[in-house]
Amino acid sequence: MASNPIIKIENLNKTFGSGDGAVTALDNINLSIYPGEIFGIIGLSGAGKSTLVRCMNLLERPTAGKVIFDGLDITSLSYKELRKVRQSIGMIFQGFNLLMQRTALDNVCFPLEIAGIPKKEAKQRARELLKTVGLGDKEKAYPSQLSGGQKQRVAIARALATNPKVLLCDEATSALDPTTTQSILELIKELNHKTGVTVIIITHEMKVIEQICNRVAIIDKSRIEEIGMVQEVFRHPKTQAARKLIFTNGDFNEDFAGKGKYLRLVFDGSQTDRPVIANMVLKCGEPVSIAFAKTKMIGGKMYGHMLLELPENSETVARIKAYLDSENIVYEEEHYNA
Amino acid sequence: MLNEIINEIFSAEMLSLVWQGLLETLYMSLTSTIAAYAIGLPVGMLLAVTDKDGVKPNRSINTTVGTIVNFLRSVPFLILLVAVMPLTRLIVGTTIGAKATIVGLVIASAPYVARMVESSAKEVDRGVIEASLSMGASTMQIVRKVILPEAMPSLIYGAAISSTTILGYTAMAGAVGGGGLGAIAINYGYHRKETLIMWMMVVILVLIVQVFQEIGSYIAKKCDKRIK
Repeated sequence: MASNPIIKIENLNKTFGSGDGAVTALDNINLSIYPGEIFGIIGLSGAGKSTLVRCMNLLERPTAGKVIFDGLDITSLSYKELRKVRQSIGMIFQGFNLLMQRTALDNVCFPLEIAGIPKKEAKQRARELLKTVGLGDKEKAYPSQLSGGQKQRVAIARALATNPKVLLCDEATSALDPTTTQSILELIKELNHKTGVTVIIITHEMKVIEQICNRVAIIDKSRIEEIGMVQEVFRHPKTQAARKLIFTNGDFNEDFAGKGKYLRLVFDGSQTDRPVIANMVLKCGEPVSIAFAKTKMIGGKMYGHMLLELPENSETVARIKAYLDSENIVYEEEHYNA
Repeated sequence: MLNEIINEIFSAEMLSLVWQGLLETLYMSLTSTIAAYAIGLPVGMLLAVTDKDGVKPNRSINTTVGTIVNFLRSVPFLILLVAVMPLTRLIVGTTIGAKATIVGLVIASAPYVARMVESSAKEVDRGVIEASLSMGASTMQIVRKVILPEAMPSLIYGAAISSTTILGYTAMAGAVGGGGLGAIAINYGYHRKETLIMWMMVVILVLIVQVFQEIGSYIAKKCDKRIK
């Protein structure tokens, strides 16, 4: 990438506690995030992703390593200097964390008050922001009068009030229903386009990453296992951790005891309710057996994964793969020696 | 017989005495509550902020202040009132009467108020404080703009409880020369064995507690924006 990273993390370690009870939350993390990108960090719960994002604005102090924001090592700053830097890093949370005793407008004014912006100017800016997030008519509403999606919109407006360079999203859609999640992600994408704010998204949901991220880092057991373009990583994961997460969302067929060559198909809800396997058999003229399957229908869409036993004939295999490609189904060849 | 009693209780003299006592009681409890909050509010905030899960953990401050608060809270009120009499004499020039009682009342109730405030402050959602920190807020800004307003309903509710507790203390102070309804109840009811007058004072005190509590609850509810 051409430009300098906006956030660069070097050899970062974080340990909670000390002595025998010490728990390593982050183990030698190295990461560069560039201006304007939407960067996803995905991992199962307990992987360390929330700690990682909290280290980016030092809500959590790393035990070792550097966090470089816009060329400045923020781990070496005084508390006062750090507070200033934090005004250039917006953050939204799973629980929204709005001030319950303030109206939507006053919530958005809050970071501006902290930054010492005159009240009148702050109100005006807050009004604009509420309009931008589609809540122009909710100025006077208190958080308790808003829905989850609306609360997160207020939180986004608040996070962007000081024109930050980076927006950190800590499981920001995990408390929302799928439709609301979709609309919040679209809003974030739109704001990223319009303002050029760099977005860092922490999530355990594949769909979130797929929908808006350019690049993704997969974090597992306190380490970053894989970093790359979303398409690339999701289609051809290189590490076991990534495959486990992508193909099964953590729910792997560990006790599967087959032998030979298999094709793992992944259904992420993007396929319609076409009878994919039946069509494949008809089209390729070759019956296949399903060796393992774990799928769920949610709202007419299929989620899960399936292992197909591959035929010996390599030409047929190629036809099957071509068909799956044409249907946009993610697959991966696997070999088992039982 | 009954007539005599009624005549005595509702004699102009008695009524003016009770009225005087009522004013003294209100004066003592309200002044003490305000003064106790002037001390207890900042101390309570300090305890909440320096707590190990607070905005700015500081073990030595927290332990020191906490110990002083605990010490004052564990001394029985009447003993404390007598113990601080030299100080009372120094401040107000006398150790009897309503004004003198206030000194002891404040010393006894400020630590109690501090703990009430601390507990309200700790109710504020940790996530909201974290969000404020992420915006670069200073500790003072968090106390003034986040903890105080967010905890306001709980603080007001606590103030209603504190003021009724302080009201109870004023009645006790009557035993050692304090003024107010408590003094009347003890002088007439206990020393002169005029039980009826004692119970009348009790009834008035119960009513005042009721009023304080209701006003507190009403304001707390009114200012709480979490309720739809």
